[in-house]
Amino acid sequence: MTRFVARRLTQAAAVVLAAYTLTFAAFNVLPADPVRIMMGPENGVDKARVAALRAEYGLDRPAVERYLDGLLGALRGDLGTSFQTGRNVGATIAEAAPRTLALAGGALLVALPLGFLIAWSAAYTRQLWLRRLLGALPGLSLSVPTFWLGLVLLQAFSFGLPLFPARGEDGLAGLVLPAVTLAVPSSAFVAQVLLERLTAEMRQPYVDTARAKGASRARAVTAHALRNAAMPALTMIALLVGWLVSGSVVVETVFARNGLGRLIESAVTTRDLPMLQGLVVVATAVVTLLTLVVDVAYPLVDPRLRERAA
Amino acid sequence: MTPLLAVRGLTVRYGLSRRGLTAVKGADLTVEAGQIVAVVGESGSGKSTLAHALAGLLPDTARVTGGEITFDGERVDGLRERAWRRLRGRRIAFVPQDPGTALNPLMTVRAQLAEALRLTGTPRPGEAVLQDALGRVGVPDPAAVLDRHPHQLSGGFRQRVLLGMALVGRPALLIADEPTSALDTTVQKTVLDLIRKVAARDGTSVLLITHDLGVAADRADRVAVMTEGRVVEEGPVGRVLGAPEAAYTRLLLDAVPRPSSGPAPITGEPLLTVRDLRKVYPGGTVAVEGASFTLARADTLGLVGASGSGKSTVARMITGLVEPTSGGVLLDDAPVRAGRVQFVAQNPYASLDPLMTVGRIIAEPLRALRAGTRAERGERVRRLLEDVALPPEVARRRPSALSGGQRQRVAIARALAPSPDLIVLDEPVSALDAVTQAQILALLRRLQDRHGMAYLLISHDLAVVAAAAGRLAVMRDGRIIESGSTTEVLAAPEAPFTRELLAAIPGGPSVGRPSA
Amino acid sequence: MRFARRLGAVPSAIVLLAAVAAAFAPALFSSADPLRGDLTKRLLPPGDGHLLGTDELGRDVLSRVVHGSAPSLQAAVIAVGIAVVVGSAIGLVAGNARGRLDDLVMRAVEVLLAVPSFLLVLVVVAVLGPGTREVAVAVGVSAAAVFSRIMRAEVIRVRGSGYVEAAAVCGTGRPTVLLTHVLPNAAGPLAALATLELGNAVLTVAAVSFLGFGAPPPTPEWGSLIAAGRPFLASAWWLTTVPGLVIVTVVLAVNHLGHVLRTRSERR
Repeated sequence: MTRFVARRLTQAAAVVLAAYTLTFAAFNVLPADPVRIMMGPENGVDKARVAALRAEYGLDRPAVERYLDGLLGALRGDLGTSFQTGRNVGATIAEAAPRTLALAGGALLVALPLGFLIAWSAAYTRQLWLRRLLGALPGLSLSVPTFWLGLVLLQAFSFGLPLFPARGEDGLAGLVLPAVTLAVPSSAFVAQVLLERLTAEMRQPYVDTARAKGASRARAVTAHALRNAAMPALTMIALLVGWLVSGSVVVETVFARNGLGRLIESAVTTRDLPMLQGLVVVATAVVTLLTLVVDVAYPLVDPRLRERAA
Repeated sequence: MTPLLAVRGLTVRYGLSRRGLTAVKGADLTVEAGQIVAVVGESGSGKSTLAHALAGLLPDTARVTGGEITFDGERVDGLRERAWRRLRGRRIAFVPQDPGTALNPLMTVRAQLAEALRLTGTPRPGEAVLQDALGRVGVPDPAAVLDRHPHQLSGGFRQRVLLGMALVGRPALLIADEPTSALDTTVQKTVLDLIRKVAARDGTSVLLITHDLGVAADRADRVAVMTEGRVVEEGPVGRVLGAPEAAYTRLLLDAVPRPSSGPAPITGEPLLTVRDLRKVYPGGTVAVEGASFTLARADTLGLVGASGSGKSTVARMITGLVEPTSGGVLLDDAPVRAGRVQFVAQNPYASLDPLMTVGRIIAEPLRALRAGTRAERGERVRRLLEDVALPPEVARRRPSALSGGQRQRVAIARALAPSPDLIVLDEPVSALDAVTQAQILALLRRLQDRHGMAYLLISHDLAVVAAAAGRLAVMRDGRIIESGSTTEVLAAPEAPFTRELLAAIPGGPSVGRPSA
Repeated sequence: MRFARRLGAVPSAIVLLAAVAAAFAPALFSSADPLRGDLTKRLLPPGDGHLLGTDELGRDVLSRVVHGSAPSLQAAVIAVGIAVVVGSAIGLVAGNARGRLDDLVMRAVEVLLAVPSFLLVLVVVAVLGPGTREVAVAVGVSAAAVFSRIMRAEVIRVRGSGYVEAAAVCGTGRPTVLLTHVLPNAAGPLAALATLELGNAVLTVAAVSFLGFGAPPPTPEWGSLIAAGRPFLASAWWLTTVPGLVIVTVVLAVNHLGHVLRTRSERR
């Protein structure tokens, strides 16, 4: 088990390193040139200005040197300095993170129970029309652009019925609409993944065995099918985090909240490469770490894997 | 006296509206207290749907649309879920198909058994109660098995656990849906004997659903024969098997393979020589350990063994699908040339490309060998279809439009196409129903008479091999433990395992004999 | 039975056809100029003359939405095209090579999948700069990893199937097996995934364009149309509602078709 965890940890570290390398290459290796990217394609080439920028940001040094420098810094926890603000990238990210975590947490607080409830009810009900309706719900929600959903909610509950503030900065009340907006696609994703697994598990003979023993349908779904469906569904957590990241970019823009999403958006707008690279590394690390936790937890829940991992 | 279970005119439909399918059409069935009744039918006969309906476990898409089910004097066909729960586990027990998936993989045997006890009125079952429940179904070391997970148990043990779980509520009726069809023949025999013993001890009635007439013959008091959703014949086992009235029952009886009817062995120069064949998989698993045998032209060698005995690996090495670790395969004392050895696999649903027409599938070996022009190949396909008794228009169809038996005929035609010297048949009939199985075996024999190729027939079913092969080799744990002419081996088996296999053939004496 | 199932896909097919027709021949749906406005007719609600109202510069909303179809759909289609071609080529190589090369390629794919896909899209946009084609490339690159995974899984599944085994015994060569068995049988699931991915691509392209990284104004893209309507959320609801509903309808139709394709390829 320890060896399994150690091996997975090494793999995770390799993935994060690769993500760092990949972004560095995207920004610095031919034909990409950080100064050109920073200046944008719309500006003409002003040689003097290019040289000035190069010198200012230390981009006149060879790429390999800068890569190794950056990597050493990153290992010490220093993700570099923003081109745009001149502030430390790590500090800026750490400052923005709590607001986004609150948003994502609020969204998950709604999305996880809702997703579970939809999947569970669809598996539980014997009414085929209801099952079809519940089964269609996730696909329907996932066809709605998140940013547009945010605008619709703003229109309805901020301008139409003035229940919530239009800007998402004001405490708990300001968190409601953004969190709900983000919760809709997240819950749909959870419900979709879980229902697919649950439907497959409900066809397994062991569910018949449970009911033949005298178990109620609710018990057969919850104690037997859901238990078997939950872990495979949980391995999709990386995708869910992906949803939350992309969702937070548009949701924070729509509701004018500051956070990681806004940071990503402004880093792209201003072509703040060190900032963008830092954000990619942090996001990848979070996804990889969560995947690792699920992978390590899986054998604890599933005895069939326990033996293989040992 | 009222019977324990009476089914009258039961009709079950799947799906709504006109697009649905009627799986059971007015079936009648009676089970008296203490009796074992076997329901025999092929896949699609509606027997499994019937079993589920009797336990109130029909899938959500299925409905009882006609007839009535009376259990212990009470109508149960219209019962609500809550009322069913009173019956299930306590009065009616159910053991589903395939012990491999019928236990919850995440729960220990203890947890699943305790759940069954709780649901049938023992709120906090103690260690003794749990161990007793397993001991009653012949588990030798209940304490150890209780803490295992299902995947740590063999198929036979899983089936015992399922049986033990079904019986904790001391039910009046046990419904067992193909309880042994996923098990090896020797294990099958022990489990069936156990069901019979336990039923007799507790006075439990058993409804045994099976596709195997032999299983019914050995253990049941009465037998009901089902086909196309109807019970076409019902009566005491001796009468139904001895003097069948329904045409379908006679068809089923005729389909039972008869060892005595096998072909005589052919002696002559060996066509195929297999010498010291050995296969070790990466990781050290030894699949085959020194297999040697020869096979003469136009002869048939049957290779029998349980799953995991290495017989399929031998087939794969001879066809070149698996590279042997050591040893050699020679055809006419030379390495095998392309096209001379062909292969028919077990599952005709997987061995035909779903996107190709039958004509293209059969012509595939010809294209590979660049034999003939397009027109010549078309002509050859037509003759091959005739050979395997399929109409010529099948050439334009795709596999999905064919039945299992028809698909296997297509696979045989493909193997015949390059006029091979040897065809390796890996469980060629085990995925097919009894009647189809008999037809395919007869076809194989006709083709051999006509074209004179040799067969290597691989099967887990000694009865099938004995009925189709003149020579026999028995494999166990990667080794050939016994071989000789079929008649000799059957008359005087030397290895204990061969004797075990022979004794485990269901319905041996009563069904195997020529029908009166 | 088959007829009823086919009928289920017909409304979705009609929606998609209409969207494609709007992309190629916008004049079929609206004769107004999407770029020229009449300042005397600013922010008119839906009604006579302007079926879906006008925007803050007096431009016809219906016309702008119809003309927005071309860049929006074009970007999504190019994106899926890139994803399918690049992704399945990688998957095909990995699935056929096995061993070292397979390991290496799949590790690289794993890295791409570990980066949240929308972030990856934005990183590529940051490198390439804004624009319809740039966004299309970005979305395509970030979706390619998924396709390579599916393609590899399909290749391995088909290669292990009974019919490929049968072909091997027949003496059929590996390239022929690949062309006649592996590719055709892997194509079904891949086509279904591509259709489902198209819906995703429409959404992603719209989101990127909403953030302002799509085609520069005044080109009407569905996402940027919604962004342009934001300041008028309280007073002119139609500016955001109309393009939003169009996106939802198109994505629903595409996803439904993808679902039908998927069910069909699974049934085989």
